[in-house]
Amino acid sequence: MSIDNSNPIKKVSIICAKGTIEDVYAALVMGNGAVMEGLQANLFFTFFGLEAIMKKRMDKLHTGVVGNPAMRLPGGMRMPTWLGIIPGMEAMVSSMMKKQMDKLDVPPVSEFIELFVAGGGKLYACKLAADMFKVTKEDLSEHVSGIITVGEFYELAGGEGSQIIFT
Amino acid sequence: MAQKTYAGVTVDLNDEGYFTNPSQWTKEIAMAIAKEEGIDLTEKHFQILNYLRDRFAKGEALSIRGINKSGIVDVKDFYQMFPGAPLKKSTKIAGIPKPASCV
Repeated sequence: MSIDNSNPIKKVSIICAKGTIEDVYAALVMGNGAVMEGLQANLFFTFFGLEAIMKKRMDKLHTGVVGNPAMRLPGGMRMPTWLGIIPGMEAMVSSMMKKQMDKLDVPPVSEFIELFVAGGGKLYACKLAADMFKVTKEDLSEHVSGIITVGEFYELAGGEGSQIIFT
Repeated sequence: MAQKTYAGVTVDLNDEGYFTNPSQWTKEIAMAIAKEEGIDLTEKHFQILNYLRDRFAKGEALSIRGINKSGIVDVKDFYQMFPGAPLKKSTKIAGIPKPASCV
């Protein structure tokens, strides 16, 4: 495989709009991976994605078990939708996901955010979503650099070799 | 597959400059590679390099999280000691293959 190095990525700005385990981790892995490669990285959390940067909720994310046709039971069989509505099922599946990730050395959200910020990554919350969900700076992790508007996000995202990624 | 001479010793490298034979590594070689990368190695750097080599020798996966838990250095300092892409740079200097890690 030949790789084109003529216009390398220098900065990524990643938008996370959902608050399930897999959506949040997709954004965090991409962001932290960028920092590990020496790239600049911004993570912008909007709508339900805000859960990932809320102090009291970040380590209690769940994965959706209803309406997820790719959800499999241990053994590989598709998980029937009706199983997902059993009380406790979502919590059980979520805890299994977290255990699997821990085995692969994927840290909990709070620790992942610390690693990302220690590497120079920046976190932002969306102003509109924060207003809508009545989320204030006090609810957010101290690692969040600010609650910003879409316009401010685009300003931060600019520059040569920069990319915006919507997860 | 390429060969390069560091500190008077010829070593085997892959296309990206990572060692294919970690046993060829010495402290002097590490200092020569680090110099190419613009880093002056300190005692602390060597503690990290030895940690990485040790983990690699045991067949354990390397990750930024592992560095943070190593007790040698926190992640912030790690990024400062090996500026740019720290895990890639440190493994290159430590004479071990590039880590296949996403975290």
